[in-house]
Amino acid sequence: MAILNEEQEMLRDMARGWATNENPITAWRKVRTEKPAEGYSPDVWRTMGEMGWAGIVIPEEFGGSDFGWMSAGLVVEELGKTLTASPMIASTLAASAIVLGGSDEQKQKWLPRLATGEVVGTLAFDEGPRHTGRYSAAVDGGKLSGTKAFVHEAHGATLFVVAAADGLYLVEKGDGVSLSDRKLTDQRSHAEVTFNGAAADKLANGREDLVDQVLDRARILTAAEMLGMAQQVFDVTLDYLKQRVQFNQVLASFQALQHRMADLFGDLAMMRSAVEGGLEALDGGYGIPRAATVAKAEANRVLHTMSREGIQLHGGIGMTDEYDVGFFLKRARVLESSWGSTGYLKNRFAALAGY
Amino acid sequence: MATLAEPQTASADDTFREEVRSFLAENFPPDLKNKGNALASVEGPTQEGPAEKAWREAMGARGWGVPTWPKEYGGGGLTRKQAAILNEEMAKAGAYNPIGGMGVMMFGPTLLEYGSEEQKQEHIPPIARGEIRWCQGYSEPNAGSDLANLQTFAEDKGDHYLVNGQKTWTSGGQWADKCFAIVRTDRSDKHHGISFMLIDMDAPGVEVRPIQMISGMSPFCETFFTDVKVPKENLVGKEGQGWTIGKRLLQHERTNLSGGGSMARMMGSSLADTAKKYVETDDTGAIADKTLRDKIADFEIRWQSFLLTAKRAVEESKAAGGVSEISSVLKKLGTKLGQERAELMIEIQGLQGLGWEGEGFTDSELAGVRAWLFGKATTIYGGSTEIQNNIIAKRVLGMLDHQ
Ligand SMILES: Cc1cc2nc3c(=O)[nH]c(=O)nc-3n(C[C@H](O)[C@H](O)[C@H](O)COP(=O)(O)OP(=O)(O)OC[C@H]3O[C@@H](n4cnc5c(N)ncnc54)[C@H](O)[C@@H]3O)c2cc1C
Repeated sequence: MAILNEEQEMLRDMARGWATNENPITAWRKVRTEKPAEGYSPDVWRTMGEMGWAGIVIPEEFGGSDFGWMSAGLVVEELGKTLTASPMIASTLAASAIVLGGSDEQKQKWLPRLATGEVVGTLAFDEGPRHTGRYSAAVDGGKLSGTKAFVHEAHGATLFVVAAADGLYLVEKGDGVSLSDRKLTDQRSHAEVTFNGAAADKLANGREDLVDQVLDRARILTAAEMLGMAQQVFDVTLDYLKQRVQFNQVLASFQALQHRMADLFGDLAMMRSAVEGGLEALDGGYGIPRAATVAKAEANRVLHTMSREGIQLHGGIGMTDEYDVGFFLKRARVLESSWGSTGYLKNRFAALAGY
Repeated sequence: MATLAEPQTASADDTFREEVRSFLAENFPPDLKNKGNALASVEGPTQEGPAEKAWREAMGARGWGVPTWPKEYGGGGLTRKQAAILNEEMAKAGAYNPIGGMGVMMFGPTLLEYGSEEQKQEHIPPIARGEIRWCQGYSEPNAGSDLANLQTFAEDKGDHYLVNGQKTWTSGGQWADKCFAIVRTDRSDKHHGISFMLIDMDAPGVEVRPIQMISGMSPFCETFFTDVKVPKENLVGKEGQGWTIGKRLLQHERTNLSGGGSMARMMGSSLADTAKKYVETDDTGAIADKTLRDKIADFEIRWQSFLLTAKRAVEESKAAGGVSEISSVLKKLGTKLGQERAELMIEIQGLQGLGWEGEGFTDSELAGVRAWLFGKATTIYGGSTEIQNNIIAKRVLGMLDHQ
């Protein structure tokens, strides 16, 4: 765990307490059963907004708390542990795109409402099932057309940050925007979003690599959620091995299992360092592309293994819907495929390093 | 967020940085630029030219070879921040730390914690000046991973102990002046019957026989003790406390062996640069063999994460005070990655990377082969990876013993 300042410790403790007590995994089960239109409980999101979480990376002058990315990561990690369904990540990323590339007017218009959670934003980037970094959506006379696949949290979002061939655009849900459900294994909100001549407002004040800047943030914040998930799978698996008795022994006493847990523990340490390294890079403002690549690639690698071992080490009960560990496996693969698969990220790492 | 204190500390640090720079300008012989420290390694005999000697003495006099050790025992008495500045400036100047070896890595910190005032006065300053070489007398033929099974016995003879037995795998035993050893002083209690003592390697009755390794080097020895007299003042801590002290020393050893910094230096040129030299690149300058390129990136990503983990461990242990069980995690991860890297380096170079001697191979190719072979030891010594896994499972994760 990175060395935190007092403010960050308070925020983390608050997030941990809230997630554990008010929003345990049973809350996700409820969402899954009740199927609210947004894909998350609007009450829960309102509470999160009241706690100031939606505005963590938004400057104070636009109604945010400007606590920074490490702080956002701490909250997201805790939410990952209880699989909280919320648009926290999606909306934070949409806000960060506006912070980075918005005009003063665009910031005034959107950031205060994103900061309270009243407006939910999301990124509409990829056009196929794999992240490629290439976009064909096009804007003609202020009207955007194109189809975006698997947009996270599309159902609750009213503001889309859309990647077009020539940069990023803000599009409001409404005329020219249509959704069709794309239910994925994690059963969270994903949709194919079609823009058909929708009014689009360009984010024109950012750097030339605005799209990459936003993607790096997406990679790091997603990796933070994955870290929470991996930590949770590890913790419950360890607890389980300590109480499950077979051959008149607790399973935890078998060396074959001890060594697997020690391996996972080492991997988890590396994942945590990579993710925190990414968050620190964002706050420090240097080395971000490489740090983001490392963070997401490590998150992919470790959560992949952890989610598989989590099931295996639980034995039969790990296969049941009644038990939580399977939820993590299903969400893990969705996040692994978002914003760059492991192969994509290795390629990016090599390219950034010039080989 | 600027605070009032910051500008002041910054300028104190700047002053210190200036001091380091002028010290380096005056004392670091330019001929030694970008050379490694042969003395700190246990893999060769001492070969010190006049320039090396002058540099070692200059650093020794300052105590900067062991920058954070207390001044009163010949250390530098620097804060960690200052030590970091010293490291940065040395790296910029291409200067190496001439003070090293087991005395610095493991014995010194342990003695500072457990030694008597007299012992610290006697042993720490020569380590800080790089004058004395220490070796580690732990392992025995039947006490490797099960170290507490050691049988070398020290019999109480009133004013001295009489030591008999055999140690093995004593790295640098043939070049060492002194040995820190764990020996049995009580046969009836496996763990509490162990004591930590210091033995002169030139004392009558000490005999070393070098053993050749797969890498062709002979840096480690069998060490035999026959009626060796060890004065009572060479007992560290109390009789029977040796297991506790010995284990603490192993934590220091593991932290060092995990090797963030030192291993990075040892590694020499980058994998990608080597690949660009030995295999084809495409017209964008990328490595044409995509499988190899992918393997290199995969390794480098994990290596970055490991370096971040090592950095995080230092920060965390600083915050918590002292070394921690995380040393087992670092050792396990760092040594595995080091071996993977060496294997990858060989793969990149093909048969050219497997030269044993002579014609047709560059020095660095030959050195790479030896380093690859020697590197196999890293997951064995200092507590094997399997033993680290046991430590992590039991002590860190609280997984129980088989009943
Ligand atoms: C190059 C080198 C330098 C060394 N330098 C020194 C030195 O300077 N001083 C010194 O005192 N010692 C030194 N050693 C010794 C080193 O610490 C031991 O080799 C090490 O502790 C392993 O003991 P062993 O060789 O007896 O192997 P064993 O203990 O016989 O182990 C054999 C294999 O079994 C595994 N194993 C053993 N017990 C368990 C268990 N409980 N669970 C699972 N797996 C297990 C081990 O991991 C290993 O893979 C050195 C060794 C090497 C290779």
